[in-house]
Amino acid sequence: MYIIIVGAGKVGWNLARELLDKEHEVTLIESDRRRYLTVEQELEHAVTYGDASELWVLERAGIQRADMVIAVTGDDEDNMLICQVAKEKYLVDQIIARVNNPRNRRHFDLLGIKPSVSATDLILRLLEHEVPEYGLVHLLDLQEEQLEIIEMLLGKDSGVTGRRVGDLQMPEGSLLISVLRAGKGFVPTADTVLEEGDEILAVLDPGKEDDLKVLFGPEGNGSNGDG
Amino acid sequence: MLVLIVGCGRVGSSVARAMLREGHTVSCLDEDPESHTRLEVGLERSWEDLGGQFTVGAGLETEALEAAGIAEADVFIASTDGDNTNIVIAQIAQRRYEVPTVIARVLDPLRAEWYQRQGLHTVCPTRVAIDMLESAVRDSAGRGEASDDTAATV
Repeated sequence: MYIIIVGAGKVGWNLARELLDKEHEVTLIESDRRRYLTVEQELEHAVTYGDASELWVLERAGIQRADMVIAVTGDDEDNMLICQVAKEKYLVDQIIARVNNPRNRRHFDLLGIKPSVSATDLILRLLEHEVPEYGLVHLLDLQEEQLEIIEMLLGKDSGVTGRRVGDLQMPEGSLLISVLRAGKGFVPTADTVLEEGDEILAVLDPGKEDDLKVLFGPEGNGSNGDG
Repeated sequence: MLVLIVGCGRVGSSVARAMLREGHTVSCLDEDPESHTRLEVGLERSWEDLGGQFTVGAGLETEALEAAGIAEADVFIASTDGDNTNIVIAQIAQRRYEVPTVIARVLDPLRAEWYQRQGLHTVCPTRVAIDMLESAVRDSAGRGEASDDTAATV
């Protein structure tokens, strides 16, 4: 696969190194002369000097035949436009953009730049995972499919411990997909009885998190409020 | 008519003053509070006294754009010193806020041309300079000794 990476900072340099190890063809583009010279000592001809915002720099790097363009500069506008041009002008199949400021993510979405990756968001997710009082952990967003997968730990105050899965009134648009208990995971049946300390995974339509929090939380009694 | 200008440098501030003079409502947004001083160059009263609006903030910040009145704007001009910023915020104005007239200043002629074809109104000062220089050279060549005949043999 031929991959163009823009921005030879820590992320771009390491990414290039890993992809070269995996035998991909890589061109790394860096616009800072000094940084370029540093990286060039290791990567040699795999790194090229230039401002990838300029179309001729991308063309010189062979964007017409690139299978993937990854924009990981420290500037969100640059990352957005490099990916927009790659996708819409040069019809590159795969693009990946780095989001430096998570507040800019909506701009990436607006311009159709997907997927976009934000280190800050990833660390926030980890934080949610490590800090139990958040209760519900976002594992995966399937944006195209309009679904998300979440994880929840059933504490001793959870209203559903000791209840059969078949008796739970799961909110419409949500499904319990597995239970992690004592280090093992299994797919629950209607007869599975939930225990304290269980971690449950559920797939749901976006926006159903709060319903699920209520159902499985201290106030919950296994019904979704109607029953 | 409300004209919102993001990027209040030499270009932005001149356009802002001209539009205000022509009786439009003008709102300017710039990261640098000092650019307010540039706005008032040659004005006998303060920018605000004359009815102008000035907001400090970055063009990518939704709150700043909204405080500057983007939702009500009839014309949006992106004239910061960065091409990429201008192209991004112009598309935000166009797609998210559906501003009827959106114009972006883009110095890079290649991208100005491509985005123009994608439906974004771009103004390229570099293109203008190139055209003017070329025609100035042609004019002087036409007036000088080089006749059409010699030009053809070159």
